[in-house]
Amino acid sequence: MRRGSVKERRGIHMGMTLAEKILSEHAGKEVRSGEIVVVRVDLTYTQDGTGPLAVRKIQEMGLKEVYNPKKTIFFFDHASPSPRFELSNDHNFMRDFAEKTGSQVSEVGYGISHQVVAEREVKPGDIVIGADSHTCTGGALGAFATGVGSTDAAVAMALGKIWLRVPETIRVVVEGKLPTGVFAKDIILHLIGKITAAGGTYKALEFSGDTIQNLEMAGRMTIANMAVEAGAKVGLFPSDEITRSWLNCMGRSQDFRELSPDPDGTYEKTVMISAKELKPTIACPHQVDNTKTVDEIGDVKVDQVYLGTSCNGRLEDFQIAARILKGKKIHPKTRMVVTPGSRLVYLETLKDGTMETLIESGALAMTPGCGACVGLHEGVLGDGEVCLATQPRNFKGRMGSPKSFIYLGSPAVAAATAIEGKIADPRKYL
Amino acid sequence: MKGKAWKFGDAISTDHIIPGRYFYLRSNLPELSKHLLEYERPSFIEKVSPGDFIVAGQNFGLGSSREHAAIVIKMNGIQAVLAKSFARIFYRNCFNNGLPAIICDTEKFSEGDEIELFVHEGKIVNYTRNETTLFTAVPPVMKRILSDGGLVEHVKKYKDLKLV
Repeated sequence: MRRGSVKERRGIHMGMTLAEKILSEHAGKEVRSGEIVVVRVDLTYTQDGTGPLAVRKIQEMGLKEVYNPKKTIFFFDHASPSPRFELSNDHNFMRDFAEKTGSQVSEVGYGISHQVVAEREVKPGDIVIGADSHTCTGGALGAFATGVGSTDAAVAMALGKIWLRVPETIRVVVEGKLPTGVFAKDIILHLIGKITAAGGTYKALEFSGDTIQNLEMAGRMTIANMAVEAGAKVGLFPSDEITRSWLNCMGRSQDFRELSPDPDGTYEKTVMISAKELKPTIACPHQVDNTKTVDEIGDVKVDQVYLGTSCNGRLEDFQIAARILKGKKIHPKTRMVVTPGSRLVYLETLKDGTMETLIESGALAMTPGCGACVGLHEGVLGDGEVCLATQPRNFKGRMGSPKSFIYLGSPAVAAATAIEGKIADPRKYL
Repeated sequence: MKGKAWKFGDAISTDHIIPGRYFYLRSNLPELSKHLLEYERPSFIEKVSPGDFIVAGQNFGLGSSREHAAIVIKMNGIQAVLAKSFARIFYRNCFNNGLPAIICDTEKFSEGDEIELFVHEGKIVNYTRNETTLFTAVPPVMKRILSDGGLVEHVKKYKDLKLV
Protein backbone atom coordinates (compact mmCIF):
# COMPACT_ATOMS: atom_id res chain seq x y z
CA MET A 1 0.00 0.00 0.00
CA ARG A 2 1.24 3.44 -0.88
CA ARG A 3 1.86 5.43 2.26
CA GLY A 4 0.95 8.81 0.80
CA SER A 5 2.46 12.20 1.51
CA VAL A 6 2.35 13.89 4.89
CA LYS A 7 -0.52 16.12 3.87
CA GLU A 8 -2.55 13.17 2.54
CA ARG A 9 -2.04 11.30 5.81
CA ARG A 10 -3.15 14.32 7.75
CA GLY A 11 -6.23 14.50 5.58
CA ILE A 12 -5.74 18.20 4.88
CA HIS A 13 -4.54 19.87 1.75
CA MET A 14 -1.79 22.44 2.08
CA GLY A 15 -0.26 23.65 -1.15
CA MET A 16 3.41 24.39 -1.53
CA THR A 17 5.37 27.16 -3.15
CA LEU A 18 8.16 26.24 -5.57
CA ALA A 19 10.77 26.95 -2.89
CA GLU A 20 9.01 24.68 -0.39
CA LYS A 21 8.68 21.90 -2.99
CA ILE A 22 12.34 21.88 -3.96
CA LEU A 23 13.61 22.15 -0.38
CA SER A 24 11.20 19.43 0.80
CA GLU A 25 12.46 17.04 -1.87
CA HIS A 26 16.05 17.63 -0.83
CA ALA A 27 15.37 17.53 2.90
CA GLY A 28 13.57 14.20 2.54
CA LYS A 29 10.54 15.50 4.43
CA GLU A 30 7.87 18.13 4.04
CA VAL A 31 9.21 21.52 5.12
CA ARG A 32 7.55 24.92 5.30
CA SER A 33 8.69 28.52 5.25
CA GLY A 34 10.51 29.52 8.41
CA GLU A 35 12.02 26.10 9.08
CA ILE A 36 15.78 25.55 9.08
CA VAL A 37 16.85 22.59 6.97
CA VAL A 38 20.09 20.86 6.09
CA VAL A 39 19.81 19.79 2.45
CA ARG A 40 21.94 17.98 -0.07
CA VAL A 41 23.38 20.16 -2.81
CA ASP A 42 23.31 19.20 -6.51
CA LEU A 43 25.96 21.62 -7.76
CA THR A 44 28.45 23.99 -6.10
CA TYR A 45 30.65 26.56 -7.79
CA THR A 46 32.85 29.53 -7.06
CA GLN A 47 34.41 32.23 -9.21
CA ASP A 48 37.96 33.56 -9.12
CA GLY A 49 37.13 36.26 -6.56
CA THR A 50 35.62 33.84 -4.05
CA GLY A 51 37.23 30.49 -4.97
CA PRO A 52 40.66 31.02 -3.37
CA LEU A 53 39.06 31.83 -0.01
CA ALA A 54 36.74 28.80 -0.34
CA VAL A 55 39.76 26.57 -0.94
CA ARG A 56 41.53 28.04 2.12
CA LYS A 57 38.41 27.44 4.21
CA ILE A 58 38.30 23.78 3.13
CA GLN A 59 41.96 23.51 4.09
CA GLU A 60 41.31 25.22 7.46
CA MET A 61 38.59 22.64 8.12
CA GLY A 62 41.30 20.04 7.80
CA LEU A 63 39.62 18.46 4.77
CA LYS A 64 41.42 17.33 1.64
CA GLU A 65 38.62 16.15 -0.62
CA VAL A 66 35.44 17.48 -2.11
CA TYR A 67 32.18 15.56 -1.77
CA ASN A 68 31.28 15.34 -5.46
CA PRO A 69 34.16 16.43 -7.72
CA LYS A 70 32.05 16.22 -10.88
CA LYS A 71 29.61 18.76 -9.43
CA THR A 72 32.23 21.10 -7.97
CA ILE A 73 33.32 23.79 -10.41
CA PHE A 74 35.92 26.55 -10.15
CA PHE A 75 35.16 29.34 -12.62
CA PHE A 76 37.70 31.88 -13.86
CA ASP A 77 35.38 34.57 -15.10
CA HIS A 78 36.09 37.80 -13.21
CA ALA A 79 39.77 38.23 -14.05
CA SER A 80 39.55 36.61 -17.42
CA PRO A 81 42.16 36.84 -18.78
CA SER A 82 44.02 37.97 -15.69
CA PRO A 83 45.04 41.65 -15.69
CA ARG A 84 47.41 41.27 -12.68
CA PHE A 85 49.97 38.75 -11.52
CA GLU A 86 48.30 38.41 -8.10
CA LEU A 87 45.16 37.14 -9.85
CA SER A 88 47.15 34.83 -12.12
CA ASN A 89 48.55 33.32 -8.91
CA ASP A 90 45.01 32.91 -7.56
CA HIS A 91 44.05 31.08 -10.76
CA ASN A 92 46.97 28.70 -10.35
CA PHE A 93 46.11 28.12 -6.70
CA MET A 94 42.61 27.01 -7.75
CA ARG A 95 43.89 24.94 -10.69
CA ASP A 96 46.14 23.03 -8.28
CA PHE A 97 43.34 22.36 -5.82
CA ALA A 98 40.97 21.29 -8.61
CA GLU A 99 43.54 18.90 -9.98
CA LYS A 100 44.25 17.37 -6.57
CA THR A 101 40.57 16.87 -5.79
CA GLY A 102 39.37 15.99 -9.29
CA SER A 103 37.09 19.06 -9.30
CA GLN A 104 36.12 20.84 -12.49
CA VAL A 105 37.63 24.05 -13.83
CA SER A 106 35.93 26.40 -16.26
CA GLU A 107 38.94 28.11 -17.77
CA VAL A 108 39.65 31.71 -18.70
CA GLY A 109 37.49 32.75 -21.64
CA TYR A 110 34.78 30.12 -21.26
CA GLY A 111 32.41 32.60 -19.72
CA ILE A 112 30.45 33.72 -16.70
CA SER A 113 29.71 30.98 -14.16
CA HIS A 114 25.93 31.55 -14.12
CA GLN A 115 25.67 31.46 -17.90
CA VAL A 116 27.84 28.37 -18.29
CA VAL A 117 26.06 26.36 -15.57
CA ALA A 118 22.71 27.32 -17.11
CA GLU A 119 23.94 25.98 -20.44
CA ARG A 120 25.51 22.79 -19.09
CA GLU A 121 24.47 21.86 -15.58
CA VAL A 122 21.40 23.37 -13.93
CA LYS A 123 18.18 21.32 -13.95
CA PRO A 124 14.67 22.14 -12.76
CA GLY A 125 14.35 21.13 -9.10
CA ASP A 126 18.10 21.31 -8.34
CA ILE A 127 19.68 23.04 -5.37
CA VAL A 128 22.58 25.06 -6.70
CA ILE A 129 25.03 26.87 -4.41
CA GLY A 130 27.39 29.46 -5.84
CA ALA A 131 29.86 31.78 -4.17
CA ASP A 132 28.58 34.70 -6.20
CA SER A 133 25.49 36.74 -5.47
CA HIS A 134 24.06 36.33 -8.97
CA THR A 135 23.86 32.54 -8.66
CA CYS A 136 20.11 33.14 -8.46
CA THR A 137 20.19 33.29 -12.29
CA GLY A 138 19.57 29.50 -12.23
CA GLY A 139 16.07 30.17 -10.89
CA ALA A 140 15.10 30.77 -14.53
CA LEU A 141 15.37 27.00 -15.03
CA GLY A 142 13.32 26.20 -11.94
CA ALA A 143 16.33 25.51 -9.72
CA PHE A 144 16.72 26.71 -6.13
CA ALA A 145 19.95 28.52 -6.99
CA THR A 146 21.35 30.91 -4.42
CA GLY A 147 24.48 32.90 -3.73
CA VAL A 148 26.56 32.43 -0.58
CA GLY A 149 29.98 33.44 0.73
CA SER A 150 33.14 31.38 0.43
CA THR A 151 32.72 29.51 3.75
CA ASP A 152 29.22 28.26 2.92
CA ALA A 153 30.46 27.26 -0.54
CA ALA A 154 33.43 25.49 1.06
CA VAL A 155 31.07 23.47 3.27
CA ALA A 156 28.84 22.65 0.28
CA MET A 157 31.88 21.50 -1.69
CA ALA A 158 33.41 19.49 1.13
CA LEU A 159 30.27 17.97 2.68
CA GLY A 160 27.77 18.12 -0.19
CA LYS A 161 25.25 19.91 1.98
CA ILE A 162 24.21 23.30 3.29
CA TRP A 163 21.83 24.69 5.88
CA LEU A 164 19.08 26.96 4.64
CA ARG A 165 16.08 28.68 6.09
CA VAL A 166 13.03 27.82 3.99
CA PRO A 167 12.05 31.25 2.68
CA GLU A 168 8.65 32.86 2.59
CA THR A 169 7.61 33.56 -0.99
CA ILE A 170 6.51 36.74 -2.70
CA ARG A 171 4.52 35.92 -5.83
CA VAL A 172 5.16 38.28 -8.74
CA VAL A 173 2.45 38.08 -11.39
CA VAL A 174 3.17 39.80 -14.71
CA GLU A 175 0.30 39.93 -17.17
CA GLY A 176 -0.27 41.37 -20.62
CA LYS A 177 1.78 42.00 -23.74
CA LEU A 178 5.08 43.86 -23.43
CA PRO A 179 5.02 47.03 -25.54
CA THR A 180 7.57 47.46 -28.34
CA GLY A 181 10.95 48.44 -26.92
CA VAL A 182 10.19 47.02 -23.46
CA PHE A 183 11.99 43.87 -22.31
CA ALA A 184 12.61 41.53 -19.37
CA LYS A 185 15.17 44.01 -18.00
CA ASP A 186 12.47 46.65 -17.75
CA ILE A 187 10.19 44.22 -15.86
CA ILE A 188 12.81 43.49 -13.22
CA LEU A 189 14.01 47.11 -12.89
CA HIS A 190 10.39 48.19 -12.51
CA LEU A 191 9.80 45.50 -9.87
CA ILE A 192 12.88 46.47 -7.83
CA GLY A 193 11.93 50.15 -8.06
CA LYS A 194 8.51 49.19 -6.73
CA ILE A 195 9.44 46.83 -3.87
CA THR A 196 12.92 48.39 -3.18
CA ALA A 197 16.37 46.83 -2.90
CA ALA A 198 15.40 45.36 0.47
CA GLY A 199 11.84 44.40 -0.49
CA GLY A 200 12.65 40.72 -0.99
CA THR A 201 15.28 40.25 1.74
CA TYR A 202 15.48 36.61 2.93
CA LYS A 203 12.49 35.78 0.65
CA ALA A 204 11.92 33.78 -2.50
CA LEU A 205 10.48 35.61 -5.49
CA GLU A 206 8.27 33.36 -7.62
CA PHE A 207 7.28 34.59 -11.08
CA SER A 208 4.06 33.77 -12.91
CA GLY A 209 1.47 35.25 -15.29
CA ASP A 210 1.11 35.08 -19.06
CA THR A 211 3.94 37.56 -19.75
CA ILE A 212 6.30 35.27 -17.83
CA GLN A 213 4.92 32.15 -19.54
CA ASN A 214 5.66 33.71 -22.93
CA LEU A 215 9.12 34.92 -21.99
CA GLU A 216 12.10 33.14 -23.60
CA MET A 217 14.82 31.68 -21.40
CA ALA A 218 17.14 34.66 -21.98
CA GLY A 219 14.54 37.02 -20.51
CA ARG A 220 13.83 34.68 -17.61
CA MET A 221 17.54 34.59 -16.78
CA THR A 222 17.71 38.41 -16.84
CA ILE A 223 14.89 38.55 -14.29
CA ALA A 224 16.12 35.70 -12.07
CA ASN A 225 19.64 37.18 -12.11
CA MET A 226 18.44 40.40 -10.47
CA ALA A 227 16.31 38.75 -7.76
CA VAL A 228 19.24 39.37 -5.40
CA GLU A 229 19.06 43.10 -6.19
CA ALA A 230 15.72 43.04 -4.34
CA GLY A 231 17.49 41.18 -1.53
CA ALA A 232 15.89 37.84 -2.43
CA LYS A 233 17.43 34.44 -1.85
CA VAL A 234 16.07 33.00 -5.10
CA GLY A 235 14.04 34.12 -8.13
CA LEU A 236 12.08 31.07 -9.20
CA PHE A 237 10.30 30.27 -12.46
CA PRO A 238 8.13 27.19 -13.03
CA SER A 239 9.63 24.91 -15.69
CA ASP A 240 7.53 24.52 -18.83
CA GLU A 241 7.73 23.95 -22.59
CA ILE A 242 10.09 26.90 -23.00
CA THR A 243 12.42 25.35 -20.42
CA ARG A 244 12.15 22.00 -22.20
CA SER A 245 12.95 23.41 -25.63
CA TRP A 246 15.89 25.41 -24.25
CA LEU A 247 17.35 22.32 -22.57
CA ASN A 248 16.86 20.46 -25.87
CA CYS A 249 18.87 23.16 -27.65
CA MET A 250 21.63 22.64 -25.08
CA GLY A 251 21.59 18.90 -25.80
CA ARG A 252 20.18 18.16 -22.34
CA SER A 253 16.63 16.98 -23.03
CA GLN A 254 17.02 14.31 -20.32
CA ASP A 255 17.46 17.06 -17.70
CA PHE A 256 13.93 18.39 -18.13
CA ARG A 257 11.17 17.85 -15.63
CA GLU A 258 8.03 19.85 -15.17
CA LEU A 259 7.88 21.72 -11.91
CA SER A 260 5.30 24.23 -10.77
CA PRO A 261 3.93 25.52 -7.47
CA ASP A 262 0.65 24.19 -6.10
CA PRO A 263 -2.26 26.51 -6.92
CA ASP A 264 -3.06 26.90 -3.22
CA GLY A 265 0.41 27.57 -1.85
CA THR A 266 0.81 30.14 0.91
CA TYR A 267 2.38 33.41 -0.21
CA GLU A 268 3.53 36.28 1.92
CA LYS A 269 2.12 38.65 -0.68
CA THR A 270 1.42 39.03 -4.37
CA VAL A 271 2.80 41.84 -6.52
CA MET A 272 0.89 42.47 -9.76
CA ILE A 273 2.56 44.06 -12.76
CA SER A 274 0.71 45.07 -15.91
CA ALA A 275 3.17 44.58 -18.77
CA LYS A 276 1.36 46.90 -21.16
CA GLU A 277 1.95 49.85 -18.84
CA LEU A 278 5.71 49.34 -18.63
CA LYS A 279 8.21 51.66 -20.29
CA PRO A 280 11.95 51.39 -20.83
CA THR A 281 13.27 51.74 -17.29
CA ILE A 282 16.59 53.01 -15.96
CA ALA A 283 18.21 52.51 -12.53
CA CYS A 284 20.08 55.70 -11.62
CA PRO A 285 23.21 56.04 -9.47
CA HIS A 286 24.00 54.63 -6.98
CA GLN A 287 21.24 52.14 -6.17
CA VAL A 288 19.34 49.62 -8.24
CA ASP A 289 15.98 50.69 -6.78
CA ASN A 290 16.55 54.31 -7.80
CA THR A 291 14.53 53.80 -10.97
CA LYS A 292 12.99 56.18 -13.52
CA THR A 293 11.35 55.60 -16.87
CA VAL A 294 13.39 56.71 -19.87
CA ASP A 295 10.88 59.56 -20.36
CA GLU A 296 11.80 60.98 -16.96
CA ILE A 297 15.55 60.66 -17.25
CA GLY A 298 16.41 64.01 -18.87
CA ASP A 299 19.71 64.77 -20.56
CA VAL A 300 22.40 62.34 -19.34
CA LYS A 301 25.55 62.29 -21.45
CA VAL A 302 27.30 58.94 -21.49
CA ASP A 303 31.02 58.18 -21.85
CA GLN A 304 30.71 54.39 -21.99
CA VAL A 305 28.00 51.92 -22.89
CA TYR A 306 28.46 48.42 -21.56
CA LEU A 307 26.57 45.49 -23.06
CA GLY A 308 26.91 42.02 -21.55
CA THR A 309 27.29 40.45 -18.05
CA SER A 310 25.40 37.71 -16.24
CA CYS A 311 22.26 39.81 -16.58
CA ASN A 312 22.24 40.57 -20.31
CA GLY A 313 25.08 38.69 -22.00
CA ARG A 314 23.01 36.32 -24.15
CA LEU A 315 22.44 36.03 -27.90
CA GLU A 316 19.02 37.72 -27.75
CA ASP A 317 20.57 40.71 -25.94
CA PHE A 318 23.22 41.18 -28.62
CA GLN A 319 20.67 40.65 -31.40
CA ILE A 320 18.39 43.44 -30.20
CA ALA A 321 21.36 45.79 -29.87
CA ALA A 322 22.53 44.85 -33.37
CA ARG A 323 19.05 45.46 -34.78
CA ILE A 324 19.15 49.01 -33.45
CA LEU A 325 22.77 49.68 -34.41
CA LYS A 326 22.62 48.12 -37.91
CA GLY A 327 24.01 50.61 -40.42
CA LYS A 328 24.58 53.26 -37.73
CA LYS A 329 27.67 54.52 -35.94
CA ILE A 330 28.28 54.91 -32.25
CA HIS A 331 28.41 58.52 -31.09
CA PRO A 332 31.97 59.86 -31.45
CA LYS A 333 32.16 60.85 -27.77
CA THR A 334 30.92 57.49 -26.51
CA ARG A 335 32.61 54.09 -26.50
CA MET A 336 30.68 50.84 -26.47
CA VAL A 337 32.16 47.73 -24.83
CA VAL A 338 30.46 44.38 -25.47
CA THR A 339 31.22 41.17 -23.56
CA PRO A 340 29.44 37.90 -24.42
CA GLY A 341 28.32 35.87 -21.40
CA SER A 342 29.94 32.66 -22.58
CA ARG A 343 31.99 31.14 -25.35
CA LEU A 344 28.81 29.55 -26.71
CA VAL A 345 27.10 32.95 -26.87
CA TYR A 346 30.21 34.45 -28.48
CA LEU A 347 30.21 31.82 -31.21
CA GLU A 348 26.49 32.32 -31.82
CA THR A 349 26.94 36.08 -32.21
CA LEU A 350 29.79 35.45 -34.66
CA LYS A 351 27.87 32.89 -36.71
CA ASP A 352 24.72 34.93 -37.22
CA GLY A 353 26.49 38.21 -38.01
CA THR A 354 25.37 39.97 -34.81
CA MET A 355 28.92 40.63 -33.64
CA GLU A 356 29.95 41.90 -37.06
CA THR A 357 27.13 44.46 -36.98
CA LEU A 358 28.16 45.62 -33.51
CA ILE A 359 31.84 45.92 -34.43
CA GLU A 360 31.01 47.76 -37.68
CA SER A 361 29.05 50.30 -35.67
CA GLY A 362 32.14 50.90 -33.51
CA ALA A 363 31.74 48.53 -30.54
CA LEU A 364 34.71 46.84 -28.85
CA ALA A 365 34.39 43.09 -28.16
CA MET A 366 35.91 41.55 -25.03
CA THR A 367 36.62 38.00 -23.84
CA PRO A 368 33.53 36.20 -22.47
CA GLY A 369 33.36 36.82 -18.72
CA CYS A 370 32.25 39.37 -16.15
CA GLY A 371 34.31 42.04 -17.90
CA ALA A 372 33.88 45.65 -16.83
CA CYS A 373 31.01 45.05 -14.40
CA VAL A 374 33.32 44.43 -11.43
CA GLY A 375 35.71 47.34 -12.09
CA LEU A 376 38.67 45.08 -12.65
CA HIS A 377 39.51 45.55 -16.33
CA GLU A 378 38.10 45.96 -19.87
CA GLY A 379 36.29 49.26 -19.34
CA VAL A 380 37.18 50.72 -15.92
CA LEU A 381 35.56 54.13 -15.36
CA GLY A 382 37.50 57.30 -14.49
CA ASP A 383 36.56 60.26 -12.28
CA GLY A 384 33.29 61.85 -13.33
CA GLU A 385 32.63 59.32 -16.11
CA VAL A 386 29.12 58.09 -16.82
CA CYS A 387 28.28 54.57 -17.96
CA LEU A 388 25.02 53.07 -19.18
CA ALA A 389 25.34 49.35 -18.50
CA THR A 390 23.15 46.28 -18.90
CA GLN A 391 24.71 44.75 -15.78
CA PRO A 392 22.69 44.00 -12.64
CA ARG A 393 24.28 46.49 -10.22
CA ASN A 394 25.25 50.18 -10.08
CA PHE A 395 26.81 50.77 -6.67
CA LYS A 396 29.18 53.68 -6.19
CA GLY A 397 32.66 52.82 -7.46
CA ARG A 398 31.69 49.39 -8.74
CA MET A 399 33.17 49.92 -12.20
CA GLY A 400 36.23 51.89 -11.09
CA SER A 401 36.39 55.42 -9.73
CA PRO A 402 34.11 56.13 -6.76
CA LYS A 403 33.45 59.41 -8.56
CA SER A 404 31.88 57.71 -11.58
CA PHE A 405 28.18 57.17 -12.28
CA ILE A 406 26.48 53.95 -13.42
CA TYR A 407 23.00 53.81 -14.96
CA LEU A 408 21.36 50.45 -15.72
CA GLY A 409 19.09 49.69 -18.65
CA SER A 410 18.13 47.07 -21.24
CA PRO A 411 20.31 46.12 -24.23
CA ALA A 412 17.93 48.18 -26.40
CA VAL A 413 18.47 51.25 -24.22
CA ALA A 414 22.22 50.54 -24.39
CA ALA A 415 22.19 50.52 -28.21
CA ALA A 416 20.06 53.66 -28.51
CA THR A 417 22.32 55.38 -25.97
CA ALA A 418 25.44 54.38 -27.90
CA ILE A 419 24.02 56.07 -31.03
CA GLU A 420 22.99 59.31 -29.31
CA GLY A 421 25.80 59.63 -26.74
CA LYS A 422 23.20 60.23 -24.04
CA ILE A 423 20.66 57.97 -22.37
CA ALA A 424 18.12 57.39 -25.14
CA ASP A 425 14.72 55.84 -25.72
CA PRO A 426 15.01 52.69 -27.90
CA ARG A 427 11.36 52.76 -28.96
CA LYS A 428 12.01 55.16 -31.82
CA TYR A 429 14.50 52.70 -33.34
CA LEU A 430 12.20 49.65 -33.25
CA MET B 1 33.70 44.44 26.24
CA LYS B 2 32.74 48.10 25.78
CA GLY B 3 33.36 49.82 22.47
CA LYS B 4 32.60 52.96 20.52
CA ALA B 5 29.82 53.32 17.92
CA TRP B 6 30.74 54.35 14.37
CA LYS B 7 27.60 55.36 12.49
CA PHE B 8 26.85 54.65 8.84
CA GLY B 9 23.72 55.18 6.76
CA ASP B 10 21.41 52.90 4.78
CA ALA B 11 22.36 50.58 1.90
CA ILE B 12 26.08 50.19 2.64
CA SER B 13 27.01 47.52 0.09
CA THR B 14 29.90 45.08 0.13
CA ASP B 15 31.32 47.27 -2.66
CA HIS B 16 31.40 50.14 -0.15
CA ILE B 17 32.88 47.92 2.56
CA ILE B 18 35.66 46.61 0.35
CA PRO B 19 35.60 47.87 -3.27
CA GLY B 20 36.01 45.64 -6.31
CA ARG B 21 39.04 47.66 -7.39
CA TYR B 22 40.99 45.83 -4.64
CA PHE B 23 39.98 42.46 -6.08
CA TYR B 24 43.65 41.61 -6.61
CA LEU B 25 44.30 41.85 -2.84
CA ARG B 26 41.78 39.19 -1.86
CA SER B 27 44.51 36.62 -1.24
CA ASN B 28 46.42 39.21 0.81
CA LEU B 29 43.96 39.93 3.61
CA PRO B 30 46.28 42.13 5.75
CA GLU B 31 46.68 44.53 2.78
CA LEU B 32 43.02 44.26 1.76
CA SER B 33 41.86 45.09 5.28
CA LYS B 34 43.53 48.53 5.09
CA HIS B 35 40.81 49.63 2.66
CA LEU B 36 37.82 48.98 4.90
CA LEU B 37 35.07 51.52 4.16
CA GLU B 38 37.73 53.96 2.99
CA TYR B 39 35.55 55.92 0.62
CA GLU B 40 32.59 56.19 2.98
CA ARG B 41 34.89 57.33 5.76
CA PRO B 42 38.48 58.19 4.83
CA SER B 43 41.16 56.70 7.13
CA PHE B 44 38.52 54.64 8.96
CA ILE B 45 41.00 51.93 9.94
CA GLU B 46 43.22 54.46 11.72
CA LYS B 47 40.28 55.71 13.77
CA VAL B 48 38.76 52.45 15.02
CA SER B 49 39.94 50.68 18.15
CA PRO B 50 39.57 46.97 18.95
CA GLY B 51 36.09 46.30 20.30
CA ASP B 52 34.37 49.15 18.45
CA PHE B 53 31.04 48.71 16.66
CA ILE B 54 29.82 49.54 13.16
CA VAL B 55 26.28 50.89 13.60
CA ALA B 56 24.29 51.25 10.40
CA GLY B 57 20.84 51.67 8.87
CA GLN B 58 18.84 49.44 6.52
CA ASN B 59 20.11 46.61 4.31
CA PHE B 60 23.74 46.64 5.45
CA GLY B 61 26.02 44.45 3.32
CA LEU B 62 23.88 44.24 0.20
CA GLY B 63 25.33 43.21 -3.13
CA SER B 64 28.31 41.01 -3.90
CA SER B 65 28.77 37.79 -1.94
CA ARG B 66 32.44 38.60 -1.19
CA GLU B 67 33.02 37.20 2.29
CA HIS B 68 36.12 39.39 2.45
CA ALA B 69 33.75 42.21 3.49
CA ALA B 70 32.88 40.47 6.77
CA ILE B 71 36.47 39.29 7.25
CA VAL B 72 38.09 42.74 6.93
CA ILE B 73 35.56 44.18 9.37
CA LYS B 74 36.60 41.53 11.88
CA MET B 75 40.30 41.94 11.12
CA ASN B 76 40.05 45.61 12.04
CA GLY B 77 38.88 44.64 15.51
CA ILE B 78 35.21 45.51 15.07
CA GLN B 79 33.33 43.53 17.72
CA ALA B 80 29.94 43.40 15.99
CA VAL B 81 27.86 45.11 13.33
CA LEU B 82 24.54 46.57 14.44
CA ALA B 83 22.01 47.51 11.76
CA LYS B 84 18.29 47.97 11.24
CA SER B 85 18.49 45.14 8.68
CA PHE B 86 21.09 43.08 6.83
CA ALA B 87 21.36 41.61 3.35
CA ARG B 88 21.19 37.84 3.64
CA ILE B 89 24.52 36.68 2.19
CA PHE B 90 26.46 39.18 4.28
CA TYR B 91 24.47 38.17 7.36
CA ARG B 92 25.53 34.52 6.94
CA ASN B 93 29.11 35.53 6.18
CA CYS B 94 29.36 37.47 9.47
CA PHE B 95 28.29 34.56 11.67
CA ASN B 96 30.34 32.08 9.63
CA ASN B 97 33.37 34.16 10.62
CA GLY B 98 32.33 34.57 14.25
CA LEU B 99 31.26 38.20 13.83
CA PRO B 100 27.85 38.97 15.38
CA ALA B 101 25.43 40.85 13.10
CA ILE B 102 22.71 42.28 15.31
CA ILE B 103 19.36 43.54 14.05
CA CYS B 104 18.16 46.42 16.24
CA ASP B 105 16.87 49.98 16.28
CA THR B 106 20.13 51.78 15.59
CA GLU B 107 18.51 55.22 16.04
CA LYS B 108 19.24 54.58 19.71
CA PHE B 109 22.95 55.10 19.13
CA SER B 110 24.92 58.15 18.10
CA GLU B 111 28.43 58.41 16.74
CA GLY B 112 30.92 57.91 19.55
CA ASP B 113 28.48 56.42 22.07
CA GLU B 114 30.09 53.93 24.40
CA ILE B 115 28.17 50.64 24.17
CA GLU B 116 28.36 47.02 25.21
CA LEU B 117 26.75 44.01 23.51
CA PHE B 118 25.28 41.05 25.38
CA VAL B 119 24.50 38.57 22.56
CA HIS B 120 22.89 35.86 24.67
CA GLU B 121 20.85 38.24 26.81
CA GLY B 122 19.65 40.03 23.66
CA LYS B 123 20.54 43.50 24.85
CA ILE B 124 22.87 46.39 24.17
CA VAL B 125 23.77 48.84 26.93
CA ASN B 126 24.47 52.41 25.85
CA TYR B 127 26.59 53.91 28.65
CA THR B 128 26.67 57.36 27.04
CA ARG B 129 22.88 57.63 27.02
CA ASN B 130 22.47 55.39 30.05
CA GLU B 131 19.94 53.30 28.13
CA THR B 132 19.41 49.59 27.36
CA THR B 133 18.20 48.45 23.94
CA LEU B 134 16.69 45.01 23.47
CA PHE B 135 17.11 43.39 20.06
CA THR B 136 15.53 40.68 17.91
CA ALA B 137 16.93 37.40 19.19
CA VAL B 138 19.80 35.94 17.20
CA PRO B 139 18.39 32.78 15.49
CA PRO B 140 19.43 29.57 17.33
CA VAL B 141 21.36 28.29 14.31
CA MET B 142 23.45 31.49 14.27
CA LYS B 143 24.04 31.27 18.03
CA ARG B 144 25.31 27.74 17.54
CA ILE B 145 27.75 28.85 14.83
CA LEU B 146 28.92 31.78 17.01
CA SER B 147 29.44 29.63 20.07
CA ASP B 148 31.53 27.19 18.03
CA GLY B 149 33.68 30.13 16.87
CA GLY B 150 32.45 30.23 13.28
CA LEU B 151 31.45 27.65 10.68
CA VAL B 152 34.98 26.42 9.95
CA GLU B 153 35.49 25.59 13.63
CA HIS B 154 32.05 23.95 13.72
CA VAL B 155 32.93 21.64 10.82
CA LYS B 156 36.36 20.93 12.31
CA LYS B 157 34.65 19.87 15.52
CA TYR B 158 31.88 17.68 14.04
CA LYS B 159 33.24 16.81 10.58
CA ASP B 160 29.67 17.57 9.57
CA LEU B 161 26.91 20.20 9.79
CA LYS B 162 25.24 19.67 13.15
CA LEU B 163 23.01 22.71 13.20
CA VAL B 164 19.49 21.33 13.12
